[in-house]
Amino acid sequence: MDVSMHVNGERVSGEIEPRRLLVHFLREDLELTGTHWGCDTSNCGACVVLMDGQPVKSCTVLAVSCEGHEIRTVESLEVDGELDPVQQGFHELHALQCGFCTPGMLMTARALLDENPDPSDHEIRTAISGAICRCTGYKNIVSAIRWAADAESATRQEA
Amino acid sequence: MQTPAPFEYERASSVEGAIAALERLGGEARILAGGHSLLPMMKLRLASPEHLIDINDLSELAYIREEGSEIRIGALTRHVDLLKSELLARHYPVFADAETVIADPVVRNRGTIGGSLCQADAAEDLSAVCSAVKAQVVILGGQGERVVGMEEFHVGPYQTAVGAGELLTEVRLALRPGAGSAHEKTERRAGDWAIAGASAAIWIEGGAITDVGIALSAVGITTVHLTRAEEQLRGEAPSEALFAQAGAIAAEDCSPGADGRGPIDYKRHLAGVLTHRALRRSTARALQQEA
Repeated sequence: MDVSMHVNGERVSGEIEPRRLLVHFLREDLELTGTHWGCDTSNCGACVVLMDGQPVKSCTVLAVSCEGHEIRTVESLEVDGELDPVQQGFHELHALQCGFCTPGMLMTARALLDENPDPSDHEIRTAISGAICRCTGYKNIVSAIRWAADAESATRQEA
Repeated sequence: MQTPAPFEYERASSVEGAIAALERLGGEARILAGGHSLLPMMKLRLASPEHLIDINDLSELAYIREEGSEIRIGALTRHVDLLKSELLARHYPVFADAETVIADPVVRNRGTIGGSLCQADAAEDLSAVCSAVKAQVVILGGQGERVVGMEEFHVGPYQTAVGAGELLTEVRLALRPGAGSAHEKTERRAGDWAIAGASAAIWIEGGAITDVGIALSAVGITTVHLTRAEEQLRGEAPSEALFAQAGAIAAEDCSPGADGRGPIDYKRHLAGVLTHRALRRSTARALQQEA
């Protein structure tokens, strides 16, 4: 089926088999392997990407359903060598060990801060409750997202 | 890698078009809404429809609005919008109670009320919520629309009154005075299916219960409508003793199975406790005395 969508700001179009899941379309057809393919059952959150700014689990979305939509993956976060504040926060506060959950965590965090620039720790924990990390115990992830919120707040005040 | 078996796909551009496609394609066609029940079932070959009709573009089916003496919810309304709705929070807080514990926020961005109800999984929360509030659902087909109550809607496990060639389009909630409602759920961990869940709605006028709805999730092969407990409560003055009785009936009238989430006696116990709590909280809300 002929499908056209935007991925990380670029128009992508072509023939997609209807049963192709978005995660495999991104990883194998577009070679955007930053999005991780984890549990395949919409539980773990490693495959989270943004669809029109909202986080979705790309293992449970058909690529053909993305016709006309804007998809954003972890590859879009860093721009011209500058990390997105959520990436910088994960770096500063050691919010990953093996890194498998990180792309989904980053995109979930990005969507949270876009909607709610000053979330409480409880709101952060709720937002990432659909993403599983087996290494960190989440504490550093919550701190990293808080760090990013503070960094973005400081940038806004300077502007 | 889990991938659905091959199927033909089409994207509906209107409600009429979706129904025409269902009629044309017959029983092997399924509607794709949020996809968070259907796609996992297709990956596991528990469902292998030959055709999918994607209704995600039908924004005319995504709304929550007050119309006359009803709240009307479009079938494509996503969980996230049910959770955030001020209109629902004001009249039927049971929806927000349930939505905070349905899966996780990312799943709630996709899943829909119509999909949840049509999946008719006994462990699913909204089926119990809609039963408790005595929702009516609108089923549209080529021959016109039908409006049915939840008892008629639930035909069996994973089976509803929606026939081949028909589409669930709307959920209707009557606005009646003196209403309070609440949902209680016990789960093993965040985002999990319920070990047991209880939804209640109560209407109180002049110190007496004029009407009540109670339904249980995850403790039977279908959503359990607690009609016997409802009959005991109607016309009485709300009290802890009365709610304890209703809880005892809930424990008797459910039919849970033993599984990894717990043995039968534990689930019966939970059904009773959660029913009691849901009635207590519904009543506090109806009387505007919630702590």
